[in-house]
Amino acid sequence: MKILVCISHVPDTTSKINFTDGDTKFDTNGVQFIINPNDEFGLTRAMWFKEKQGATVDVVIVGEKDVEPTIRKTLAIGADTAFRVDVAPVDGFQVAQELANVAKQGNYDLIIAGRESIDYNGGMVPGMLAKLLGANFINTCVGLEIDGDTATAVREIDGGKETLTAKLPLVVGGQKGLVEESDLKIPNMRGIMMARKKPLNVVEAVASEKYSEAKKFSKPAPKGEVKLVDADNIDELIDLLHNEAKAI
Amino acid sequence: MSVLVYTESENGKLKKLSLEVASYGNALADQLGTSVTAISVNADNAADLGKYGVEKVLNVSSEELSKFHAEAYTQVIVNAAKEVGAKAVILSQSANAKYLAPLVAVELNAAYASNVVELPDTSSSFVVKRTAFTNKAFNETELSTEVKVIGVSNNSFGLHENETQANVEAFSPSFSLGNGVEVTSVDKNTNKVSIADAEIVVSGGRGLKGPENWHLIEDLAETLNAATACSKPVSDMGWRPHGEHVGQTGKPVASNLYIAIGVSGAIQHLAGINASKVKVVINNDPEAPFFKAADYGIVGDAFEVVPKLTEKLKTFKANNA
Ligand SMILES: Cc1cc2nc3c(=O)[nH]c(=O)nc-3n(C[C@H](O)[C@H](O)[C@H](O)COP(=O)(O)OP(=O)(O)OC[C@H]3O[C@@H](n4cnc5c(N)ncnc54)[C@H](O)[C@@H]3O)c2cc1C
Ligand SMILES: Nc1ncnc2c1ncn2[C@@H]1O[C@H](COP(=O)(O)O)[C@@H](O)[C@H]1O
Repeated sequence: MKILVCISHVPDTTSKINFTDGDTKFDTNGVQFIINPNDEFGLTRAMWFKEKQGATVDVVIVGEKDVEPTIRKTLAIGADTAFRVDVAPVDGFQVAQELANVAKQGNYDLIIAGRESIDYNGGMVPGMLAKLLGANFINTCVGLEIDGDTATAVREIDGGKETLTAKLPLVVGGQKGLVEESDLKIPNMRGIMMARKKPLNVVEAVASEKYSEAKKFSKPAPKGEVKLVDADNIDELIDLLHNEAKAI
Repeated sequence: MSVLVYTESENGKLKKLSLEVASYGNALADQLGTSVTAISVNADNAADLGKYGVEKVLNVSSEELSKFHAEAYTQVIVNAAKEVGAKAVILSQSANAKYLAPLVAVELNAAYASNVVELPDTSSSFVVKRTAFTNKAFNETELSTEVKVIGVSNNSFGLHENETQANVEAFSPSFSLGNGVEVTSVDKNTNKVSIADAEIVVSGGRGLKGPENWHLIEDLAETLNAATACSKPVSDMGWRPHGEHVGQTGKPVASNLYIAIGVSGAIQHLAGINASKVKVVINNDPEAPFFKAADYGIVGDAFEVVPKLTEKLKTFKANNA
């Protein structure tokens, strides 16, 4: 089984979000970048398939040279081969087209992406990639088993879960649940040493069309002070929620 | 030219989110000088969409579509979009709509913007305002394709009545189920409100000490007809199911009222729930960061405050029914 894991490079979850150049660019000053958390769950699940079912695991990232430490980290965690498509990501369609190009050449059985990136929160790429490849697609995937050419997956739906079967090739939009938080793999020294010898192939970009582009950023208006209510005066809270906030 | 809204239903009944996308679609159609058409699947009360300005509903009645099937639903929406010459296709941000939107976008060769919170600015080009960085910011995104797919952030636009007569037409597009994905079982608690559909969400954190104390959260939630949620460590420790984990790496919450009990208010938690309109915190530590994000707060012990609050709300509900 050949698996491709799509990795997006995002600011650490604790990052302060600021913008520069007249609010047209994300300010990377002092920001730590990490593997998108949803992709980390997918990568660890892929490593499980490698260990238990002898899968090969390739990883791909669309981004300029600055994303290399992020993709190296996935090699240190245990991925076999990495691809970096050398272009700055602008929109989901473009990224999906670049990923589709890499995916086609590798003939993968299973492609694991994340439900969404925590920076742009597009939730676009995995579905678009599946459509572009003509592969099956399962989103918000929280459980995945593969047997031969068939996957059994659990998907989170509003208010519950759904179990599905799907034929490979399959693209999933994954998230926490694919593996437990406590099972997430982190690179060890040996992994980091080995990663230096693993291939990191730079691929030229192919997508030409641009469908959308973020032009300007802004931050939510600062919040007013909290209104504190005494613990012995719960009636006041109910009154505020009813008459002032109109929330109950 | 037209605006198409995808109005979801469950057990034959339109979902509330569908009325919101209808409201949005109608306002957008006004702005563009056109009309709005809805596409629905197995909706018995599709005519109700007229109340929100929808003039025409294409309703598909199909036993085969009684179970959700992403590929088949995609084809239904795409066919409807082609039928009415849709320039914009509007969906909600329910789990199913988020699943469908990128598939529909590729089929229509359209740009897709998710988490959109306002009507677009169409004065010179087509620019939507959407949330990004998990509610820590907004961005204005220009969509440059001829057809656009827009995912409207739940609870951001609201319901706007605009009484008109909706013509419900039977629509029988071709679709196939033959792509090898099949739902084999659904495990859904139909007695409980889901986080996505809930007006009110009651959330518990590690401050509740253990799963045996969750009746405090559940009783309060039941009194308010609210969904229950939790912080990440609570689901990681198995006190509550993963589906209840909210925040940056869990489910997003955009409810009218969010009540956080024994939740410290870590940045990753707040990011995921900040889109909620009114936030209440109950925490025994006045320094807890949640107090900086909340509208109302009580500094106090959850084990004392919450049962009292539940009792008093029961009385309030009885008096205001
Ligand atoms: C990559 C990453 C992603 C993350 N994503 C998420 C996410 O999506 N969602 C999320 O929630 N977290 C997330 N976290 C975790 C987050 O950083 C916090 O650790 C977590 O939110 C804390 O959960 P908590 O508030 O329940 O627990 P704690 O921080 O332990 O807070 C418990 C609170 O309860 C209060 N308390 C204690 N006893 C009582 C009492 N008797 N009465 C009232 N109050 C009491 C305490 O004062 C304290 O404020 C993420 C972390 C990382 C690193
Ligand atoms: N630049 C990128 N390179 C590789 N994969 C990406 C990139 N952007 C997004 N993805 C994948 O698509 C998923 C969803 O991203 P998005 O649609 O941007 O929310 C991510 O979790 C990744 O798996």
